[in-house]
Amino acid sequence: MSWRDGTLVRRQLEGSRAVAETVARCRPQVVAAYPISPQTHIVEALSDLVRTGELEDCEYLMVESEFGAMSACIGASATGARAYTASASQGLLFMAEALPNASGIGLPIVMTVANRAIGAPINIWNDHSDAMSQRDAGWVQLFAQSNQEAVDLHVQAFVLAERISLPVMVCMDGFVLTHAVEEIEVPDQEVVDAFLPAFVPRQRLDPDDPVTIGAMVGPEAFTEVKYLMALRQLEALDVVAAVAADWSRLAGRDTGGLVDRYRLEDAEVVVVALGSVLGSVKDVVDDLRREGVRVGVLGVTCFRPWPLDEVREALADASSVVVVNRAFAVGSGSILGQDVRLSLAASPTRVYDVVLGLGGRPVTRERLRALLDDVLADRLDPEALHFPDLDEELVRRELARHELPAEPSTRARSHGLVTTGFGLGRSR
Amino acid sequence: MFSVRIHGRGGQGVVTAAEMLSVAAFDEGRHAQAFPSFGSERTGAPVVAFCRIDDRPIRFHDPVAAPDAVVVQDPTLLHLVPVFEGLVPDGYALVNTSRTWAELHLGDLGTADPLAAYDGKHLAVVPATEMSRDRLHRPMPNTPLLGALAALTGVVSLAAVQAAIRQRFGGEVGEVNADLAAAAHAHVLAGRHARA
Repeated sequence: MSWRDGTLVRRQLEGSRAVAETVARCRPQVVAAYPISPQTHIVEALSDLVRTGELEDCEYLMVESEFGAMSACIGASATGARAYTASASQGLLFMAEALPNASGIGLPIVMTVANRAIGAPINIWNDHSDAMSQRDAGWVQLFAQSNQEAVDLHVQAFVLAERISLPVMVCMDGFVLTHAVEEIEVPDQEVVDAFLPAFVPRQRLDPDDPVTIGAMVGPEAFTEVKYLMALRQLEALDVVAAVAADWSRLAGRDTGGLVDRYRLEDAEVVVVALGSVLGSVKDVVDDLRREGVRVGVLGVTCFRPWPLDEVREALADASSVVVVNRAFAVGSGSILGQDVRLSLAASPTRVYDVVLGLGGRPVTRERLRALLDDVLADRLDPEALHFPDLDEELVRRELARHELPAEPSTRARSHGLVTTGFGLGRSR
Repeated sequence: MFSVRIHGRGGQGVVTAAEMLSVAAFDEGRHAQAFPSFGSERTGAPVVAFCRIDDRPIRFHDPVAAPDAVVVQDPTLLHLVPVFEGLVPDGYALVNTSRTWAELHLGDLGTADPLAAYDGKHLAVVPATEMSRDRLHRPMPNTPLLGALAALTGVVSLAAVQAAIRQRFGGEVGEVNADLAAAAHAHVLAGRHARA
């Protein structure tokens, strides 16, 4: 028995606790955080590990806000310290001003986002609206589908961040993962030490050797700076894959990477999703496979940068793709679906875009099964943005109360904003 | 797969109970998952926690809608929350009360007795609050109820429950709670619990 087969180190513990222990084994030198549900248990545990001395040579900064947390991480990272923070929802939004500074300067900060809806209305529960709102901030965004993957992604994230000198967000579903007590293997200190070398900053603020970083750039070079940032982001795709491959060899677990291909061989219908809903999707797909239906799953682990080619290649043989969005852009539509369509440009593949599980509404296996049954029976309009768990009666009542027509307007129709129950999502 | 839903109020150790049950199952070599119904928990507010136990790894995380067992840590919830909703036909129900089944007046819930069709051997009442008050001088019914659940369902052993309790609390508090689990376990096995 050894750590390799997990027999000695697998424990039954809370996702947040496992992530905190893992982050501690990554030896951050500065943790600056402000508590917000559902991230709180992670930073509480880390502050305890610092207080008890289990996490040595680390300063825990009780900052006054999330903006302060990210600013402190930027300062710490710029002086050559390994810096970590965690947030969620409005807390992440309060960091928004500083996020592109971290990525623009190229500081390898690692942050956990315990994914939660954003208000108003206030909602503490899980969806992907927070992380998705920062998808253009220049951070690498990795999504964990299980607590084990969340743990592994944090080790990979520090390696990745420091190798490419870019900040990395590890997104894990709030409550669903953070508060679930499950069997998890927290990698041993020796394993983490073997995988994650000491931080060698590419740039470092040093009073004895002063330099300026993040200085003003005028119109003469700003476009070029941004273009170079974009190139670096795309180069990160190869590093994400390489780090995951290295981890797989060391830890014996295929976690992380760009995409997770599940039963894609000969699949005609493929479900694309990210985060913990993938567990339910895989169970439903297993059921359908047992019934002889050719379905598969493509989990997107690396959402930013978008693995354009890997998604295209994985979906090449599918005739239909079902995109499960746990967030959407009000006034525009699907977020994940737009990226999938980018990968499928010029392909005849039908893309069914659905929004499910907003603000903590559970995405059940029954719901997913019904959705796939609808797709397989050609009962869904591939042009529409579907809300299969929408309470249509409630929506009708509200529309009536505001003296608005119950049927979607021409504009709503042209944006594809319909539900199956309104009669427009059904096959034509 | 065996799934349990635990109803109680904030401060009664509902979430901890689900967690300890999952640890007990894990220690017996099973796969288990425990999680709370995520809300803004406040002391005294109705709280729900879930536990799933299986021989295979569990990949999904949706709330337990059709539990194999329901544990009611606070009998005042019986008339407030549909605690037995979705309980599978041959499922188990365990209620913390010093009353008898008849005295719970489940038939007065507005419709019929939700457990009328259930096997009496699958139903148990245990005076867990009184038991914990006697020994701990605090109303903490979760540990005796875990012992009772082990006896009622056999899904985990008493030894595993006690080990999980000791692991969670440690020291003297752990020992007393482990004793309480054993006492409630014996209470159920002695048949002093069942619905007539």
